[in-house]
Amino acid sequence: MSATTTAGVPPAGAAAPGQAAERKQARREVLRLLVRRPGFIIGNVVIGFWVFCAIFQLAPYDAFNDFDLGHLPPSPEHLFGTDRLGRDVLSRIIVGAREVFIVAPLAAIFGVVAGTLLGLIMGFYRGLVDDIISRIVEAFLSLPVILVALLTLVVLGSSTLVVILVVGILFTPIVARTVRSAVLAERQLDYVTAARLRGESGPFIMVREIFPNILPPIIVEMTVRFGYAIFTVATLSFLGVGIQPPSPDWGLQVSEEYSNMIGGVWWPTLFPALAIATTVIAINLIADALAAATSE
Amino acid sequence: MRRFFLRRVFLSLITLWLLATIVFVIANVLPSDVGRTILGPFAPQESVDALNEQLGTNDPILEQYVRAMTNLVTLNFGNSFQSGQPVGPLLLAAIGRSAQLAALALILTIPIAIAAGLFAARRRDKRSDRAIVLLGVTLSSIPEFVVATFLVVVVGVQLGWLPVLATPPPGAGTITTLRFLLMPALAMAVVYFGYIARMTRAGAIEALESDFVRTATMKGLKTGQVMRHHVLRNALIPTVAVIGVQIGYLFGGIIGVEKIFNYNGMGQLMLFAAQRKDIPVLQAGAVIIGIVYMIATLVADLIIAWMNPRIRSEMGD
Repeated sequence: MSATTTAGVPPAGAAAPGQAAERKQARREVLRLLVRRPGFIIGNVVIGFWVFCAIFQLAPYDAFNDFDLGHLPPSPEHLFGTDRLGRDVLSRIIVGAREVFIVAPLAAIFGVVAGTLLGLIMGFYRGLVDDIISRIVEAFLSLPVILVALLTLVVLGSSTLVVILVVGILFTPIVARTVRSAVLAERQLDYVTAARLRGESGPFIMVREIFPNILPPIIVEMTVRFGYAIFTVATLSFLGVGIQPPSPDWGLQVSEEYSNMIGGVWWPTLFPALAIATTVIAINLIADALAAATSE
Repeated sequence: MRRFFLRRVFLSLITLWLLATIVFVIANVLPSDVGRTILGPFAPQESVDALNEQLGTNDPILEQYVRAMTNLVTLNFGNSFQSGQPVGPLLLAAIGRSAQLAALALILTIPIAIAAGLFAARRRDKRSDRAIVLLGVTLSSIPEFVVATFLVVVVGVQLGWLPVLATPPPGAGTITTLRFLLMPALAMAVVYFGYIARMTRAGAIEALESDFVRTATMKGLKTGQVMRHHVLRNALIPTVAVIGVQIGYLFGGIIGVEKIFNYNGMGQLMLFAAQRKDIPVLQAGAVIIGIVYMIATLVADLIIAWMNPRIRSEMGD
């Protein structure tokens, strides 16, 4: 379902003023299509809310050092109740947004940048390089990301930086495959042949000619990867190899409290889980709207 | 057909070898003292050295690599660092339990997802289509363990309809076992619904726009007949492909679900092995999951080839 069409975006490179205006108009057209989609609006409102929490950290209680009675049910004082150590669940969710919105985007950016480079090289040069890298990419893709990440983090030890790097590296082959197929479609086109005949170098054609034209699918991929990064980091934290205590990371909160659900203490698990769910759903709504708008 | 099959198997074997190498590299990327990890920080150095000698973890890395690969080819996975038991039977039992769970999840999700995808395609861009697409996007974007959490809180704790643990008491009958497995399977089914429904919808829309469907409609076939004989067959092609891929990935999501429901499958085994740095178990487990993925995609490709005469004839030459 990935959008590989690049309709509406004229080739860059030769930056005539008329073309620049045309490109601006194309961008405005995409924006107009986006604003009409309710999914895009809802997604942005939800993400905006969480980003606001991540930046301003306006929590009613101290998320780390304010120990009330443990496992107090939701009440006007503690809207979401308290966790096993008596910390306010609502405050920890608000403060935890920062961790989520730092780790996941960095991992996604890493994966998309590295994957785009790799995909450009594979798609542009083809031949032996492409064959060899394709095999390795396929080997990586035949294992669930969570599993490889689990294995790597056990060996390397979990720190926030390692989590970002591991998730980013594991996203690289997935992005590379998408970018490669987009490049394959582009390299047949006349403007690439024209650039070749002009005597432009390979890197120049890749970066200045092909790259601007495959930007729409890359932007969509970026959004999708951001959603998956939150998904993956939350799962890793839940499994105990991601973000480490005492961080108020949402996945980690679920991990620390899920065994109390059976005893009826559902609030320290349910609310962080809801925070994860709303965030990933919102990002996927945005990604879906972007994919639809750029392929129309 | 045979050439296609042999080529695919050959490529799969190369991928598998690369995969095993990747796993080996990851497991050995840091010079870690395996003996020390197993025996703990207070064990005397002599015991650590003796254990390392016995496990062969002191040998040159190339030698260890060759040994790991020969062991893999001969399906001898060595012994668990932790329990000393042979890894093979340990994995076999766990993978059987995980397969039960995964099979139930797929049985629950595939028919509903295909029906929803066909329905959405027929009412393309109408409100019901948008609702199904939106539901699919929403459900497939939530981590399995989050869905499992919601199910436990609502269905297990608040309503008390289903048990919140997945392992039935020993000697339980089929019905009881199914009851225990239902909630974890549901948590996984919900996530895969979205992927499968979207692929079916995309495939069905393409088929609905094709000339042969128009011909079928114009020669007077009923909608149901057209859907069944002309659209479904073509819509199933991308669907089968995505199911093949998902069967491999089921094992990623299953780790979280098995943890929530405390189910002793592959996921729990890998997780415990990870926590105790039991590298042989992790290595063998990862390779086996890779094999499952490859078999699943291979079978999916063969089914696709069998369903689609165009691909079938292309492969003949």
